[in-house]
Amino acid sequence: MRKLVDLFSQNKKAQLLLFIVYVAVTSLSLILAQQSVVAFLLLLFSILLLYFLKLNTKAKWIIGLLIVAVLIPFSASQGQAYESYMDVATLVGIYCAMALGLNIVVGFAGLLDLGFIAFFAVGAYTYGIFASAQASKFLHFGHFPLSGESFWIFILIGGIVAAIFGILLGIPVLRVKGDYLAIVTLGFGEIIRIIFNNLDHPINITNGSMGIASIAPPKIFGIVIANASQFYYVALAILLVVIYIVTRLEHSKIGRAWKAIRDNEIAGQAMGIPLVKTKLTAFAIGASFSGMMGVVFAAKQTYVDATSFTLLESTTVLVMVLLGGMGSVPGVILGAAVVTILNLQVLTEVSNWLNQLNTNGVISVPDALSPAKMQRFIFGLLLILFALYRPKGLIPAKNQKYDANKLKKSTTKSMYVEPQVSNDKKASGGSEI
Amino acid sequence: MLAHIIQTLPQVIVDGLTLGVVYAVVAIGYTMVYGILELINFAHGEIFMSGAFIGTTVLLILSSVGFLSSVPAILAFIIIIVIASLATGFLGMGIERVAYRPLRSAPKLITLITAIGVSFLLQDIVRFIAELKTGNYIVSAPSLFNDKIHLKTSAILPQFGDALFKSSFLVVLIVAIIMLVALDFFVNRTKWGMAMRAVAQDRETASLMSINVNKVISVTFFVGSALGGATGVLFMIQYGTIDPYIGFILGIKAFTAAVLGGIGNIRGAMVGGLLIGFLEMFAAANLSTLTHGAFGAEYKDIFAFAILIAVLIFKPEGLFGKAVVEKV
Amino acid sequence: MKSKKVVSLIATAALAFGIISGCSSSKGGSSGSGGKQVIKIATQSPLSGGSATLGEAIKLGAQLAISDQKKAFAKKGFDLQLVPYDDQADPKKGVSNAQQIGSDKSILGVIGHLNSGVTIPSSEIYEKNQLAMISPAATATDVTDRGLKVVNRVCARDDFQGPAGADFAVNTLKAKKIFVIQDKTAYGSGLAEAFRDAAKKLGADIIGYEGITVGEKDFNGVISQAASKKPDLIYFGGVYAEGGLIIKQARDKGLDIPIMGGDGLDSSSTVQIAGDSVKNVYLTSVAGDVTKVAAGKKFVDAYKAKFGKGVESYSSYGYDATGVLLKAIMSAIDKNNGKLPTREAVSQAVRAIQDYQGIINKVGFDNKGDNKFAKVYIFKFDKAAYPAVQQKAISK
Repeated sequence: MRKLVDLFSQNKKAQLLLFIVYVAVTSLSLILAQQSVVAFLLLLFSILLLYFLKLNTKAKWIIGLLIVAVLIPFSASQGQAYESYMDVATLVGIYCAMALGLNIVVGFAGLLDLGFIAFFAVGAYTYGIFASAQASKFLHFGHFPLSGESFWIFILIGGIVAAIFGILLGIPVLRVKGDYLAIVTLGFGEIIRIIFNNLDHPINITNGSMGIASIAPPKIFGIVIANASQFYYVALAILLVVIYIVTRLEHSKIGRAWKAIRDNEIAGQAMGIPLVKTKLTAFAIGASFSGMMGVVFAAKQTYVDATSFTLLESTTVLVMVLLGGMGSVPGVILGAAVVTILNLQVLTEVSNWLNQLNTNGVISVPDALSPAKMQRFIFGLLLILFALYRPKGLIPAKNQKYDANKLKKSTTKSMYVEPQVSNDKKASGGSEI
Repeated sequence: MLAHIIQTLPQVIVDGLTLGVVYAVVAIGYTMVYGILELINFAHGEIFMSGAFIGTTVLLILSSVGFLSSVPAILAFIIIIVIASLATGFLGMGIERVAYRPLRSAPKLITLITAIGVSFLLQDIVRFIAELKTGNYIVSAPSLFNDKIHLKTSAILPQFGDALFKSSFLVVLIVAIIMLVALDFFVNRTKWGMAMRAVAQDRETASLMSINVNKVISVTFFVGSALGGATGVLFMIQYGTIDPYIGFILGIKAFTAAVLGGIGNIRGAMVGGLLIGFLEMFAAANLSTLTHGAFGAEYKDIFAFAILIAVLIFKPEGLFGKAVVEKV
Repeated sequence: MKSKKVVSLIATAALAFGIISGCSSSKGGSSGSGGKQVIKIATQSPLSGGSATLGEAIKLGAQLAISDQKKAFAKKGFDLQLVPYDDQADPKKGVSNAQQIGSDKSILGVIGHLNSGVTIPSSEIYEKNQLAMISPAATATDVTDRGLKVVNRVCARDDFQGPAGADFAVNTLKAKKIFVIQDKTAYGSGLAEAFRDAAKKLGADIIGYEGITVGEKDFNGVISQAASKKPDLIYFGGVYAEGGLIIKQARDKGLDIPIMGGDGLDSSSTVQIAGDSVKNVYLTSVAGDVTKVAAGKKFVDAYKAKFGKGVESYSSYGYDATGVLLKAIMSAIDKNNGKLPTREAVSQAVRAIQDYQGIINKVGFDNKGDNKFAKVYIFKFDKAAYPAVQQKAISK
């Protein structure tokens, strides 16, 4: 049996074949079953399988993109639950980008941030204020609401504004470390939320607790983007950009500097890493991802108010990072997907199912036990169990291996080396047979 | 404007003191654990909350069997507070044993995250039990001490208004002071207290001096949690209504108090707690008067957090703490 | 190295499959028991969180209405079912649920939400799905003012409830100096603002307008401020969890003046929290006292018998909203020659309803979806018992 498994893990063709069969079966069942959450989730699961396949990175990317951009929307669109699936998928994209941003701060640079949702709020309010009539309440020039075409610029503006907030938070925070840092960021997150919730007087900027309604939906070439299926592509595009930036950054000079100060700040400093600059960049870049997705979130919801940015949300993003594996990009994406789907789709579905059983009189479950209410319980349990038994997460971060000889030879060339997952698999697989 | 502030001052002091002692005792729990393990025990706020719920349960059971009417309120109160603090003490010890001890050598980040996990778990378990038993997780307890006391502060200074409070305020204040004094004695004058301080200073050296470090840490958690649970009962007595989420924000504010006083410093935590309680009450009562309505009472939490951030930035060792030089 | 990878693969797979298997049987087909066509009615209200008591009441009201009319629908060959969703008073959750509701084609209408802040973004989704929504409780003006075709409500608007309360406070209770406290939520601020503006117009002096934080238990700071300003009346815009405590703490401070609140206080939990202090508390509610009419008494008894709980303020409105929806569906079925109507037909039929006789008052929608016959009722607590005593009914 073990041999068979080993053989299979070596055989590229067999894996690919099985994978194609799997994808075909799940997408077909999604098309035919019309409304099967299971099929939808299984299809999403194929991305994870793809990650573990023994293919070269480029091929994986191409296949993955095909599945995500074409196959999933296509097979889902055949059923009635199309918009619902795409809404969940959009939120998965939004949270993935956010978790990747937090991953830079927590996973790479080792700065625990418990107020990360504040940057999301900053992004969401930036678009919300200017794309609705709200801005005209305190600005007496210009013509508001801005049209939906401005959305695309606002993705950038949102990112930049959030980055500025990130630096503003970063400057005072640099003086504190570890646990203190956690509590200061927590305080910062709460302050931002309370201010947004109260800023309807003396100057009405955020409309206070009434929230900002009727935010203009984005427009491109005259097409109004209003459906979840359309937002899905917006979120996907931004997510891809974010993934690209993160993977490039991870192995760049700044990425290695982050990891160095994470592992030992003093040693890192002694090696000539500018502490202030490095930490601030981590805050700024992490925050900007969150801010960009905040803009998308505001446009998608067409309504923002402060209740979406509570401490629980910050912790949720942290759970995503921890569950997936701190510092591991694929891990964090997986973590974000699992938590979001768990939260929005699975818990609701299970609650409905239990409720149906209740009304049909099959079993009797007290209302207090409804899984949709158990979010905190599940998160708490996940946090503890993962911290105790799997502190490195679902897909642990790997340190890139450098071949000393190779490095010596190519000192003049670029320092960037592709993180070869498959290589390392090959080596280890071979040695164990 | 000033007249108004002075007029409300006695009442603000009384209310601030009530909230302040609650913060102070909870802050001590944080500071003790931090002093010994260098861990922010995020679950401490939830232990406080569990104490309040356990106390309420005992109170409800006592009143349902008719015990309350047959004994003086103060006796019932002592029974409740003892049961609640013992239960939460063991709860705290259990949490340390299950969730923190296996991680003692792990990176701090991981332990902190476990603490957040424990805090979520406790919130939901309590919510679940309360909802199952009463159908609503906001639980109200019958009040034990209900006499109103009128403090004629206007007699001292004509500008002062009168302060009004319930007799429960006195109970809270006296019990909290007894706890604080007892703890101070315990830490500074007893053998266990000395062992605790030794472990806080240097765990390895302490173990070389034949101190059982694990046991000392357990005792620390027991004492800190028992104090937290007892404070929960005080909170319940004073405000009468509790829910599973009271611990979180209160815990953060109590932690702020601990930091303000200098974390690891027990007397600092007491002063910090009283200070935060008073400042918060003052802000709620006077912010809009001070700013002519531009900022109202809703900004009082910003006030607390801003103080925290300011202290951490300008005096990270707190008001009473000693600056620590990092060992390389 | 290898074994580690296998472990991680198994761990992820186990987690994923655990999730998946959880909902494997959650989606039923569109044919129900006995080959009947299924018609589902969804409710969306907070079943967990701070306003769960009110949200639960909406759900139970709807449940009662559905079980009452199940037979009538069975005669026509339809199986009527209820699908309750928990929006957790969170706009994000509400929208996500709305997408799921939209995708389940057997759902023909939505009863909900409780909070205006959730209603507003979620209704955009219902509009896209042409799915009729009737809210028993969302009072913010923006809910219907956006002119959506599918959005309706049976309750009164904030700009009706707030001023009605102000009128009562100033003209009947003769309050000259009013201190306003609000809970900084979309509901509380909206109501408190409407009250404040109306009271100002009627000549009352607003001596304070303060906000509190939801979830806290100590409001003594704000109350001290109020006490020192010696108001004739305190108005609170918010829900019972904080309202009950404010009432209690105000009485402890010797403020025996009337305290007034909105429909968020109209719950048995207010009495539970405030205890005896609840005397001399007034509240405006969009739901009337059901025990005053014969139909209402029957409703109270049936509700108690079925769920073992007393009625809450929104129970009857949940019942009425569902009744309106079912009537509309019935007429749409008749129009469609006994076949399953489209969602569009149902939402048109809902808007077309002009004189539905609810438990307490009639329901008829104007072109925005507001109830033309909506009334605001003034209640007063004379003793620590729920429901309070109805003082006055105000219609437009």
